[in-house]
Amino acid sequence: MLLISCPNCGSRDETEFHYGGQAHVPYPENPNELTDRQWAEYLFYRDNTKGTFAERWNHSTGCRQWFNMLRDTVTYEIQAVYPMGTPRPDSAGKTTADTGTASTAADSTTTGTAAPSLSSTSTTAPEGATK
Amino acid sequence: MANSAALEGINGLRDIRRSPASHLAQALEAGSVQGKVVLAEGPFQTMAGVRVNPRSEEGSRIAAVTGGLPVRCGDVGGADGVSVLWLGPSEFLVVAPEEAHDSLGGKLIGSLTEALGDAPGQVVDLSANRTTFELSGPRARAVLEKGCALDLHPRALKPGTALNTEVGNIPVVLQKTGEESFRLFPRASFADFLGRWLLDAMREYASPEVP
Repeated sequence: MLLISCPNCGSRDETEFHYGGQAHVPYPENPNELTDRQWAEYLFYRDNTKGTFAERWNHSTGCRQWFNMLRDTVTYEIQAVYPMGTPRPDSAGKTTADTGTASTAADSTTTGTAAPSLSSTSTTAPEGATK
Repeated sequence: MANSAALEGINGLRDIRRSPASHLAQALEAGSVQGKVVLAEGPFQTMAGVRVNPRSEEGSRIAAVTGGLPVRCGDVGGADGVSVLWLGPSEFLVVAPEEAHDSLGGKLIGSLTEALGDAPGQVVDLSANRTTFELSGPRARAVLEKGCALDLHPRALKPGTALNTEVGNIPVVLQKTGEESFRLFPRASFADFLGRWLLDAMREYASPEVP
């Protein structure tokens, strides 16, 4: 169970929240000009990041407001909570300061060009980190 | 003429109106442990859902009707028997006695609608949306702690706060009305479940305490 800090309500259980998928996926400026391929990529293609991931959350049982969150998909560590519409905060400095495990973040943050290394799949979430 | 007919119709309906947990009334009484924890369903109340930007002009007009709007999570505003619960930065639940409803001679909904005017926002009559459970007694907090993850200790939760949260896995508005009394507002369709859940959680306090 994650303990998520809602910007309006403070720390609440994960069950009060609704996951909204990857953050910072802009709506195409001119959707009519997109090819089917590009439109499909906008609609359905999302990063599958191993490491720090920017995602949207909605406090559905509380204040019903959306917000963005930086979460490590491996350790489940929540690195930042920031309002919708603001740019993604620089996670590199934060992660180093907090845990010292930022070395995994360099390849795995946004672009999705670097495939996750299969050799490191032994890193799993800590016991009890998932519901 | 049509209006008075409608009023009589509504008042006629009032006599046969049943609250969502009325079928549990006997069970609630039997399950209450006097001196430890007491559960009862509260009377009907007039409730209005208000969505308005509290910092705008229409927000201050609404605040004038209700006697103030709460500013942050947990706050309860209002005056003269009307309480305004904070549900979100621009979303509030106005709770007033039943007589305040327009169909019973009051003017709460009408004056809220009038205060909002054509400005962006909404005022919705939610009087039948939620019911009220009154839970009180020295063990009330222990009962709630079985299904609520919030910090309910008196040092963290003061009387006069209301929080939108989960109790027994269902969404409720939890209001602390006194040192040992809580008010829970589940939606009507959850009333039966929450009533039975609370009764189950209260059951151990009927037996003598094992030291």
